[in-house]
Amino acid sequence: MSLARTRRPVLGAALKDAGLAALVAAGLFLPMVGLRTDVGPTGALFLRTRWTDVLLLMAIVFAGRFLLRFWQEWRAERHGPSVQKRLAGPLSRSGRFVAPVLLLFALLLPAIPGIGRYELDLGILVLTYVMLGWGLNIVVGLAGLLDLGYVAFYAVGAYSYALLAQYFGLSFWICLPLAGLLAAFWGILLGFPVLRLRGDYLAIVTLGFGEIIRLVLLNWVSLTGGPNGISGIPRPSFFGLAFTAGGGPGSFADFFGLEPSPTHRVVFLYYLILALALLTNWVTLRLRRQPLGRAWEAMREDEIACRSLGINITTTKLTAFALGAMFGGFAGAFFATRQAFISPESFTFIESAIILAIVVLGGLGSQLGVAIAALVLIGGFEVFRDLQEWRMLVFGAAMVLIMIWKPRGLVGSRNPTVALGEKRTISAAMVAEGRG
Amino acid sequence: MAYALQQLINGVSLGMIYGLIAIGYTMVYGIIGMINFAHGDIFMVGAFLSLIGLLLITSGGMLDGTAAIILVLALSMVFTALYGWTVERVAYRPLRGSFRLAPLISAIGMSIVLQNYVQVAQGARVKPIEPVVQGGFTLMRDGSFAVQLSTMQILIITTTLAILAIFTWLVTRTPLGRAMRACEQDRRMASLLGIDTDRTISVTFVIGASLAAVAGTMYLLRYGVIDFYIGFLVGVKAFTAAVLGGIGSLPGAVLGGLLIGLIETFWSAYFSVQYKDVAAFSILILTLVFMPTGLLGRAEVEKV
Repeated sequence: MSLARTRRPVLGAALKDAGLAALVAAGLFLPMVGLRTDVGPTGALFLRTRWTDVLLLMAIVFAGRFLLRFWQEWRAERHGPSVQKRLAGPLSRSGRFVAPVLLLFALLLPAIPGIGRYELDLGILVLTYVMLGWGLNIVVGLAGLLDLGYVAFYAVGAYSYALLAQYFGLSFWICLPLAGLLAAFWGILLGFPVLRLRGDYLAIVTLGFGEIIRLVLLNWVSLTGGPNGISGIPRPSFFGLAFTAGGGPGSFADFFGLEPSPTHRVVFLYYLILALALLTNWVTLRLRRQPLGRAWEAMREDEIACRSLGINITTTKLTAFALGAMFGGFAGAFFATRQAFISPESFTFIESAIILAIVVLGGLGSQLGVAIAALVLIGGFEVFRDLQEWRMLVFGAAMVLIMIWKPRGLVGSRNPTVALGEKRTISAAMVAEGRG
Repeated sequence: MAYALQQLINGVSLGMIYGLIAIGYTMVYGIIGMINFAHGDIFMVGAFLSLIGLLLITSGGMLDGTAAIILVLALSMVFTALYGWTVERVAYRPLRGSFRLAPLISAIGMSIVLQNYVQVAQGARVKPIEPVVQGGFTLMRDGSFAVQLSTMQILIITTTLAILAIFTWLVTRTPLGRAMRACEQDRRMASLLGIDTDRTISVTFVIGASLAAVAGTMYLLRYGVIDFYIGFLVGVKAFTAAVLGGIGSLPGAVLGGLLIGLIETFWSAYFSVQYKDVAAFSILILTLVFMPTGLLGRAEVEKV
C-alpha cells in the first residue's frame, strides 16, 4: 500500500536521474566511440562514424542507471536486511565444506575421466595464480602492505632458474630453493628502503621497483637475451627420472613400465604446482597462529598501536616482504620450467595488477577466497580468450565495482586467529570496521 | 655547448608536458589524499580526443593553423574534463570513508578500464598524424651542429605558461580556488563552513583532467604518434614529477615536471636511451624514500 503511494515520485526521480546519466554518456561516447580513427589506404588517418553504437550505449546507460536507482529506492523502502547480510550466514556455514571439496577436486583432477591435456594445462595455470595470490596475500592481505610490483619476484624466480640452468647447468630441484632464496633476498632489498613508507607511497615505490626489474631484464641483452628471452630451459625430472617423449632407458615411463606419453609430464607438473601452492597455504596458515603472523595482522590494522606494544616493525615488515617474495620466486621457477621459455613480456605491470585483483577479490586475507578468486578470474580469462580487449575491460570494471560494493572482497568473512571463549566467524560487515 | 643547449630546449618542452599532468596528480592528492592512478590514462584519453578533434576539423578543411589548434585544444579540454568528472563520480566518490587502500585499487581498475576502452573503441594500432606545426628558428651554430628551436616547442612553452597563469589566478584569486584550498587544509571544517566539498572535489578533477588534455594535445602535436598505452609511462613520470616537486604543491609540480623532463633528456643524450625509464623510476623511488616531502612540499605531521 505504501508502495503504491510512493512509487510515482520515485519513478520520476529515477527517470530524471537516468536521463542525466544518458546525457553524460552521450558526451563521453560521442567523440570516442562515435568517431573512430582508422588508417586509410594512403597511410593517413580518417574518421569513420558509428552513431548507432553511441545510441546503443546511451540506452544501456539509461536503463542501467534507472534500474539501479529504482532498486535502491525499492530496497530502502522495504527495510529488510540486505542481500549480502542474508547470504552471509549460509555462505560462511558452507565455507567449511567448500575448502575440502575444492582440495579433493584438485587432488583428483588428473584421474577424472575426460580430463585431457588442455584441462590440465588450465589447471596448472590456475594453480600458479592461486600460489601467487597466496604469496601476495602474505604481503597485502596479512601485513597490509600494498605491493604493486609483486611480479618482480616472480620474474626474479623465473630468471634465477633460467640463468642458473643456462650458465651453470644446475637442475630444477637445486634451483627451486635457490630461486626462492634469491627472490626473498630481493624482497628484503626492496623492503629496507620502504620501511618508512606507508599506503599509497609504498604502492608506488613497489610499482617502480617492479618496472625497474623488468626494464633491466629487457635491456641487459648480454645476460638475459633482452626481448628475445631465454629458451630451452630444462624440464624437471622425477627423482632423476626424465620425462622423455620416446621413453627409453632411465625415463619415467621406462622405470615404472608405462606406455611413454607426453601427458605424464603434464600430470607431474600439475601435482608439482599443487604441492607448491599447498605448501604456501600451509606455511601461511601456520604463521598466522604464531607471533609473527599475529604481528603482521596487528600491523595491518594499526601500525602505531603495534609499535607502542613493542612489536618490532622492521622485522615484521621485512619478513612479510621476504616470505611473500620467496613464494613468488618458487612460482617463478615453476613458471620457467613449465614454459621452457621466458621473456620480460610475461612480467609486465598488468600481471601484478591481476595478482593483486585476485587477492582483493578474494577478500584480503582469506585463503579460500584467494583460491576461488583465482579460479574465477583465470578460468574466466580462458573462457573469454577470443575477447582479449573486452575481458580486460570487464576485469578493470570488476575491480572498481568490488571496491564499491564489497571492499573486503567476495569472501569477506574470516575466522579470527585468536578469540576469548567461543570462536565466532566475523562477518564481512564487521571486518570492514576493522575487527577482522 | 651547443648540444647541451639543444638538450635544454628539448628538456624544457618535454618537462612542460609532464608538469601539466603532474598538477592533476598533486591537486587530487592534496584534496583527497589519494593517488589518482587513472590520471595518466586521462591524459591518454585527452590525446585521443584531440586527435579526433584534429581530424574532424582538418578533414572538413574549414580551419587551418592557429584557429584549428585552439579549437582542438578547447574541444579536447571539454570532453576530457567530462571523463575526469565521470571517473571521480563513478569510481572514487562512493569510496569516501572506505578503508585506505580502496581508492587506490579502484583507481588501478579505472586505469585498466580506460586503457582497454580506448583500445576497443579506437583500435590497438598506433595512430600517426602528419606534422601540423612546422618550422622553427636556428638559434646558434656550432660547426655543423645547429641549435633548433621549433615552432612546436615555442607553442608548447607559451601555451603551458598561459594555461598556468590562468590556473594560478583561478586557485589564488577566485572563490572557487579559495574553496579548493580550504578543502585541502581540512575537509570536514570546510564542509562545516558551508563549502560543498563534493562539488569542490569534482571541480578539482575537472581542472586536473582539462590540464591533462592540454598535455595530451601538446604530446600529439609534438610527437605525432599516440596509442592507447602511452598513459602508463607518461603518468608514472608525471607522478614522479609531482612527488619530486612536493606533492600538494602546485609550483612544485611544474618545477618537478621541468626537472624530470631535463633529467630524462640529458640522460638519453649523454648516457643511454634504453635506461631512460629506469632513471625516471629510480628518481621516483629515491625521492619517496629519502625526501618524501619533495622540494617544495610541506612536511606531513602524523596525528594519532
